[in-house]
Amino acid sequence: MMYTAPVTVDEACQLLASNSAAKVFAGATDLLPQAQAGRRLEDVLVDLKRIPRLMNLEVDDQGWTIGAAASAARLAEHSQLRSEYPGLVEAVALIGSDQIQNRASLGGNLCNASPAADSGPSMVVNEARAVIVSTAGFRTIPIADLVRGPGETSLEPGEFVAEFQLDRPAARRADAYLRFTPRTEMDIAVVGAAARVAVDDAGRCTDAAVVLGAVAPTTVRVGGIAEELVGSTFDEEALARCAALSSEACRPIDDKRGTKEFRRHIAGVLTTRVLRLAAERASEQR
Amino acid sequence: MTADVTPYKWVGTRSIRPDGLEKVTGRARFGADYHLPGMLVGVVLRSPHAHATIRSIDTSAALEVPGVKAVITRDDFPEITSEEAMSGESVVDYRDLSRNIMARDKVLYIGHPVAAIAATTRRAAEEGARAIAVDYEVHPHVLTVDEAMAPDAPILHHDLITNDPEAETRGPSNVGKRHFFDRGNVRAAFDESDVVIEREFKIRPVHQGYIEPHAVVADTDEDGRSVVWCSSQGHFLVRTLTATVLKWEPSRLKVVPAEIGGGFGGKTTIYLEPLAIILSARAGRPVKLVMSRQEVFQASGPNPGARVRVTIGANSDGTIIGAEAWMAFEAGAFPGSAVGAACQTVFAPYDIPNVGIEGLDVVLNTPKAAAYRAPGAPIAAFAVETVLDEVAEALSLDPIELRYRNAAEEGVASTYGPTFKRIGFKETLEAIRSHAHHAAPLKANQGRGVASGFWFNAGLDSTATVNIHEDGTASLLIGSPDIGGSRASMALMAAEELGIDQERIRPSIVDTDSVGFNDVTGGSRTTFATGMAVVEACRDVVATARQRAATLWAVDVEEVEWQGGRAQHLSGSKPPLTLTEIARSAAKTGGPIAATAALTARGVGVAFSTQICDVEVDPETGHVKILRYTIAQDAGRAIHPSYVEGQMQGGVAQGIGWALNEEYVYDETGRMENSSFLDYRMPVASDLPMIDTVIVEVPNPGHPYGVRGVGEVGIVPTTAAIANAIYDATGIRMRELPMSAVRVHSAIERRSDDGTRTPVG
Repeated sequence: MMYTAPVTVDEACQLLASNSAAKVFAGATDLLPQAQAGRRLEDVLVDLKRIPRLMNLEVDDQGWTIGAAASAARLAEHSQLRSEYPGLVEAVALIGSDQIQNRASLGGNLCNASPAADSGPSMVVNEARAVIVSTAGFRTIPIADLVRGPGETSLEPGEFVAEFQLDRPAARRADAYLRFTPRTEMDIAVVGAAARVAVDDAGRCTDAAVVLGAVAPTTVRVGGIAEELVGSTFDEEALARCAALSSEACRPIDDKRGTKEFRRHIAGVLTTRVLRLAAERASEQR
Repeated sequence: MTADVTPYKWVGTRSIRPDGLEKVTGRARFGADYHLPGMLVGVVLRSPHAHATIRSIDTSAALEVPGVKAVITRDDFPEITSEEAMSGESVVDYRDLSRNIMARDKVLYIGHPVAAIAATTRRAAEEGARAIAVDYEVHPHVLTVDEAMAPDAPILHHDLITNDPEAETRGPSNVGKRHFFDRGNVRAAFDESDVVIEREFKIRPVHQGYIEPHAVVADTDEDGRSVVWCSSQGHFLVRTLTATVLKWEPSRLKVVPAEIGGGFGGKTTIYLEPLAIILSARAGRPVKLVMSRQEVFQASGPNPGARVRVTIGANSDGTIIGAEAWMAFEAGAFPGSAVGAACQTVFAPYDIPNVGIEGLDVVLNTPKAAAYRAPGAPIAAFAVETVLDEVAEALSLDPIELRYRNAAEEGVASTYGPTFKRIGFKETLEAIRSHAHHAAPLKANQGRGVASGFWFNAGLDSTATVNIHEDGTASLLIGSPDIGGSRASMALMAAEELGIDQERIRPSIVDTDSVGFNDVTGGSRTTFATGMAVVEACRDVVATARQRAATLWAVDVEEVEWQGGRAQHLSGSKPPLTLTEIARSAAKTGGPIAATAALTARGVGVAFSTQICDVEVDPETGHVKILRYTIAQDAGRAIHPSYVEGQMQGGVAQGIGWALNEEYVYDETGRMENSSFLDYRMPVASDLPMIDTVIVEVPNPGHPYGVRGVGEVGIVPTTAAIANAIYDATGIRMRELPMSAVRVHSAIERRSDDGTRTPVG
C-alpha cells in the first residue's frame, strides 16, 4: 500500500490515471474504520487534503463553492453558510463526533455512498452540483446523479469530485434537515429528511421540496410536495398529505436499525416537522 | 444527606484522587499499553457456527505462513475432568471455563475460540488464522430460553442433567439448574388478596460495555513460569482461574494489574490469559492478545436475557401478602447465569409473608453470560417494580407509600434467608419523597416513575500492607484493582487512622507477588473489605509507632497516645513526636515500621436504592427522552462522596442504556448483528440529564467507618423507574426491554387501533 498526497488537482488526476487500483480519500473517517473491520485497502491511497482547491470554501454573487475535502467543522462554523443554508449545515454538523467533524468532508460523506449519509438529502433538495475532474478535464453533474446505490457512485475510473456548487438562495427561501436516531448523536439516521421551502410576503408557500435519506438505496425526492403546498400556509391537512406522500415514496428495508413500517411512518412524521421548520425559517427571512 | 459535622478530618472529604493526574494525562497504562522486546501479536480464530462438533483441526498450513511462530488448539490445553471442575469452594466450573476459553469437542456459539496464533505482525497472524482448516459438523442451534426448553430442542451438553432435587426425569437437558424457594402459602395468599396482578416480561441480553477491550501480555519463560500483564477486576482471580485451567501451581504465575477501563462484573473471569501464556511458551517470546470490539461483544460476557413472570397479591390497605416469581435466564453456552441471585433479590426489599420463587438456568448457543453490576437483580426488579406500580394504581396508593408500607427494616427475615440488621431502605424512600423532584410539575407527554432495588454487597478476602517510609509518608500496597476511585477511599481512611495528610499517602495496586491474596473488585466490596484491611494495618502501624515513641521516651507504651498523627505522652511533659520523627529514628528503635492485615471481611451491610425519573415520550415516534433523574442510595458512609456519587450516576447511566436501546440482536444463524458501538447503542453524554444524587447514610455497624458498598445497587431499579415513567406519560405498560422507539411506537399504534389504554408487553 502506498500513501500519496498530491498538492494539485492535476497531480491527483495523474496518480489516478496511472494506477487503476488507486482510491482517493479526504478525512478517512469511513476508510479507516472499514480497514480496521477487515476491508483490504487499495494499493495506492490518494490524500486530497493537500490540494488547496479541494479545501476551498468561498461565496460570490454566482454562488457557493465548497471544496470536496473541506472539513465538516469548517462548514459548520461558517456563519454566512449557516444563514443561507441552515439545513445543509445542520446535516453536515451531524456527521460523527466533534473529533470526526474536524476530519470528515462533504465529498467523503457523499462519495462513501451510504444511503444514510446525512449530507445527501440536503444537498439534493438544494439542487447542488458536483464538479468532477479527471485527466479528461472537468464535468459538472446534478448532485442527485452522483450516488447510484449503496457504496456505488457514478464516478468513472480516474475521476474524483473536486468541489460542490450551490446557488445563492433567493429571498424568503430556506432549508432544514431533521433525522431520527435512537441516540442524540454519534448515531446513524434511521430516516433523514431535508426540506426546502420558499414563501411570499404573506407566508404562503411558493415552492417546496422534500428529499429523504436512509429509506431506499439512494436519496428519495418525494414527488408532489410542491403541488400540495404551493399557495398554502402549511396547514395541518396539507402537511399531512405531504407526510403521506413521503411514507409512500419510501422503499425501506427491515434491519437492526428499524423496521420498514417504522421507517415509513417516521418519514411521514419528519416530513411534517421539517417542512414546518423550513417554512418558519423562510418566513423569518427578509 | 451527609451530615454537616462529622468526627472525621479526612473521611467524607472530596480529595483529589491519587491516580487522577495519570488518568487525565494519558500516562496511566491500561491492558493494551504494555510492550515487551520481541513481543509477538496474537489472534484468536473463532467459530463461525453457533453449534457444531469439531471433527478435526489442521494447523499445518498456518505454521508455514511467514511470521507465524506458534499455533495452539484444544490439544495444547489439559482436559479438566468433571471431578476437577468444581475445586474448592469456588462457584466456577473449571471444566466449563476451560472449554469456553478454547473449544474442545464442540463449538457452542459464534465467536467460540477454536485456535490461537502468534506471529510477528497482526497481518501474519490473521493470515495464519485463515490458513487453519477446521472441519465442523454443524448442528441446529437455540437462541432463546423458549427454543432451548422446547421438547425437541437440540441439546448443547449431553452430560448436562438438570440440578433439581424435585425433577422426575433425569435425562440430558438445556436447563442447568432449577432454583426454588417457598415461604408460607402463596396460592392461598393470592386467594385472600384484594388485588392480584400477574405479568410477564422479556429482557434481551445486554453487554457490560466497558470501553477497554480485554487485553493481555504474557511472557512465559523456560522454567515454565509466566508473568502476565492484564486488565481485570482481580489479578489474584486471574491467577487462580488461569492456573487451574492450565493445571499449574498458582505460584508459577505472577499477574501484574494494569489500570482497568471499566469492568462492571465482566472482568471477573478470564478469556485470553491462558491462550497468551501457552502461545508465549510455544514461541519462546512474549505474546500480546487484544480483543476487538466485535470479539468483546461476540465472545465476552453479556448479561443474560430472560423471561420473567411475577405475581403480587395485596390487601386494600396496601399490605402485600403474597408474591411469586418465575424466571428463566439465558446462561449462554455454559450453565451459571445469575438467576440464583435474581431469585434471592427479587422480593428482598419487602416484608412479605408468603413467597414462591422459581428460577431456571438455561443454556443456549450464545456467549456464556458473565456478571454485570448486581448480577440478576435488575432483571428481577424490572418485573417486580413495574408490577408494584400497577398494584399501587389498582389500590389508588402513591407508589412510594406502597413501598414504604411494605419495606423491609431491621429484624425482618429477608426472603433470601438472613434477618436484616440496620438497613436504610425506608430512608431512601423518604429521601425521594421529600425531594423537590417529587413535587416538580410535568407537562404534556411527560411522566414520572419511581422504583427501588436491593443488593447484598460482598465481604470476602482482602490483604493490605502499610509501609512507613523514613520521611514519614506511607505507602499502601493494595491488591484490589481500582475501578471507581478506591485508591482515594483507601488513602482517606489511612489518613484518618494515621493522622497524616492524605497527600502523604501513596496507594499502589501491586502484583500477585507483592501483596497477600485479594478477592475481586466486585460485589461492591473493595472500599468495605480492602478498606477494612487498610484500617487494620494502619492501626497496627499506629501501635508500633506508639511503641517506638515509648522506647524513645523510655516510658511504658500505655502512657503514649496517638493524636493528630503524633505520639503524645499522657502527662504532657514531653514534646509530641510526629510520625516523621518516629520514622526517621526507626533504625534506632526497632527497624522499619510496616504492617499487613489479612482478613475475611465480616459484617457486610446490604444496600438499597430508590430512584425517581421523568421522561418525555414523543407520541409520534415513540422516542423516550430522560428529562430528569434522581437517585437516593444508602451508602452507609461515603468515604469519598464524589466517587460514591459517581457510582450511583454510573449505575443509573447504564440502567438508562439498558432501558432504552441496548440489546443483542441475533440473525437466524446466531450471529450478533450489532457488534459495534454504532449499532449497540449505549447512551452518549447528551442522551442523559444530570443525574442528581442523594447519599443516604445509615452506617453499617459491621465496618469501622460504617461503609456498606455502593458500586452495584444503583443500576437495579433504573429500568423499572423508566418503564413506570413511560406509563405515566402514555398510559402504556412496557414489559419488554429495551423500550426502544420502535417498540414504544408500536405499542402506541396498537393502543390507538383499539382506542383503549391496553397494557402491552
